[in-house]
Amino acid sequence: MISRRDFLQATSAAAAITLASGLGPLGRVAAQQRLSQADILRFDPLGTVTLLYVTDIHAQLVPLHFREPSINLGVGEAKGQPPHLTDAEFREHFKIATGSAGAFALTSDDFTTLARQYGRMGGLDRIATLVKAIRAERGDDKVLLLDGGDTWQGSWSSLQTKGQDMVDVMSALKTDAMVGHWEFTLGAERVKEIAESASFAFLAQNIRDKEWNEPVFKPRKVFEKGGVKIAVIGQALPRTAIANPRWMFPDWEFGIREEEIQKQVEEARAEGAAIVVLLSHDGFDVDRKLAARVKGLDIILTAHTHDAMPGVVRVGNTALVASGSHGKFLSRLDIAVKDGKVADIRFKLMPVFSEAITPDTEMAALVRKLREPFAADLAREIGRTESLLYRRGNFNGTFDDLICDAMLSQRDAEIALSPGFRWGGTLLPGEPITWEAITNATAITYPNCYRMEMTGAQLKEILEDVADNIFHPDPYFQGGGDMVRIGGMGYAIDIGKPMGGRISGLTHLKSGKPIDASRKYVVAGWASVNEGTQGPPIWDVVRDHVAHTKTVSITPNDAVKVTGA
Amino acid sequence: MDFQQAGLSRRHALKAGAFAAVASLLGAKLAFADEKTVADELKKLYGDKPFAAGKIKLDVPEIAENGLVVPINIEVESPMTDADYVKAVHVYADGNPLPGIVSYSFTPACGKASAATRMRLAQTQNIVCVAEMSSGALHMAKANVKVTIGGCGG
Repeated sequence: MISRRDFLQATSAAAAITLASGLGPLGRVAAQQRLSQADILRFDPLGTVTLLYVTDIHAQLVPLHFREPSINLGVGEAKGQPPHLTDAEFREHFKIATGSAGAFALTSDDFTTLARQYGRMGGLDRIATLVKAIRAERGDDKVLLLDGGDTWQGSWSSLQTKGQDMVDVMSALKTDAMVGHWEFTLGAERVKEIAESASFAFLAQNIRDKEWNEPVFKPRKVFEKGGVKIAVIGQALPRTAIANPRWMFPDWEFGIREEEIQKQVEEARAEGAAIVVLLSHDGFDVDRKLAARVKGLDIILTAHTHDAMPGVVRVGNTALVASGSHGKFLSRLDIAVKDGKVADIRFKLMPVFSEAITPDTEMAALVRKLREPFAADLAREIGRTESLLYRRGNFNGTFDDLICDAMLSQRDAEIALSPGFRWGGTLLPGEPITWEAITNATAITYPNCYRMEMTGAQLKEILEDVADNIFHPDPYFQGGGDMVRIGGMGYAIDIGKPMGGRISGLTHLKSGKPIDASRKYVVAGWASVNEGTQGPPIWDVVRDHVAHTKTVSITPNDAVKVTGA
Repeated sequence: MDFQQAGLSRRHALKAGAFAAVASLLGAKLAFADEKTVADELKKLYGDKPFAAGKIKLDVPEIAENGLVVPINIEVESPMTDADYVKAVHVYADGNPLPGIVSYSFTPACGKASAATRMRLAQTQNIVCVAEMSSGALHMAKANVKVTIGGCGG
């Protein structure tokens, strides 16, 4: 467990760093003021080493809108702690002015208005501009670029090319090392093939061959930058075999493997590493606990939970960085080393405002070339939306409401289940729903939309199980993601209760009647981890529904009653 | 925290697998062990002798990746000399139909008291590991292993 002392230290350090240099220009720019490329890049350099960090790009090659959550509850030690703050609380904690560029990038309220003002974020050509500018400023020999994974999945082009488009782009960006999670849903063989041939290192200390318990990937790599040895230890999502279809990588086992990380740290120090970095897809709360238990990690670059924070969180001597998702942010850490040890770290979360940053010509050309075979399909307009369509939030998102509506109508089901994925773009009211928008929210390698009968009791058990995966007070028992989204059924949840006692008041929305534990209901869902799941791919189900509806309008979803937060 | 309250319906949902649960799995009803069954087993072996904490390093995953083959590693701290060694180690799963998982016997010639195997777990439950020392002292370690339907990650 994290001791109370560690925790207090973490919060006060986060506050201190925010007030000092961590925030960069974001919070200082007055409300309503746009940032320039120079504002975004401005950084007072420190030491001889710069780490650049991107994560959870989810194959988004071009700028998009991505609305951050309005509900992101923490439990146990994480309750009320960053990153489990939203909107006004988040802005207050990190000193961000309401209506500012930072507020738009990092919080959710007033999203539509601010999105129209500040424009889309991300895009690999914009990220390339920032990376190149920083390399030019610091010198190539001082800069290390790391990728936290969930890079090769999340778009139609990455699905069609089995991740090749993203591998090409990340190679062109001269990425030094990456770690994985959704990557593994391309199948063990494909991941091994890329890992063995790519120009960057694919690291994972915690994936073992089941039979011999031997490492499947290289656990760490030592780089030399600015005259300093930097060890990067890779940590894949420890729950990949539970969260995603195990049959796609049947010979692998994952797990957190704390003691093995400790060994990696010690070996790296023995090799002369002055800086030890954990490139981790654990998720923020898992890493916060881990930081208090594994000694000697200087920096944890966190991923998976898609949190973006304009300040580092310190646990003991370890600094935790949360760099957001979908290419919205590039993190820069300058590190000063003295007597073979980290003496100081300076951090900035750089927001990738696509309208402020001049696209890098070479990368823009590569992105265009990679998207060209799919361009006509991607641009095809299926319908339009009158509502803001987003996904993030612990319990529901309007894009998931749309997917559930599609399953209810197209699969003639009473109840629909849609996974609590945290990736997928946001559409503003009035925007077209293109094939690209639909597949950005659905592009996975196990897309079949099943239709089957489940009893009320089984539905409750599923909700309890998923809820425990998110709200177990010990983060080592959590798996990431958000609550499963439900169409056609409402429920109440007390997140503070133990497993089996959180869910109550299941209601069949159409009839207004309580769900009968012994009655069978027709249920449609997708993204089953079971091999051989039957049904049409979910993107076709959503396409048919949108084409039929023409103009989508989502009524606010109040079917989930939350207590215990 | 009580992990046992989910009961039999949960087991069926688990068996059916993530989200695509099928309703046709209503097999014969099995009786499941509980904490008391394990306590009774231990009483048969050791009477009312108390169990001390420590000495046992019990390594199981927090969440099983596959409930059918959950890895378990046990290491008991001991000099393993004629005068002081680990005689036996017993492992129980308190939520399986039959709680006894495995028993190991050791002699000083073993050099160290460690063992690894895999076990099938029917549901989320506690793994109880006891070690009997040559001195007659008894030690116990417990760990909860979660068995989940999975899916929905990330």
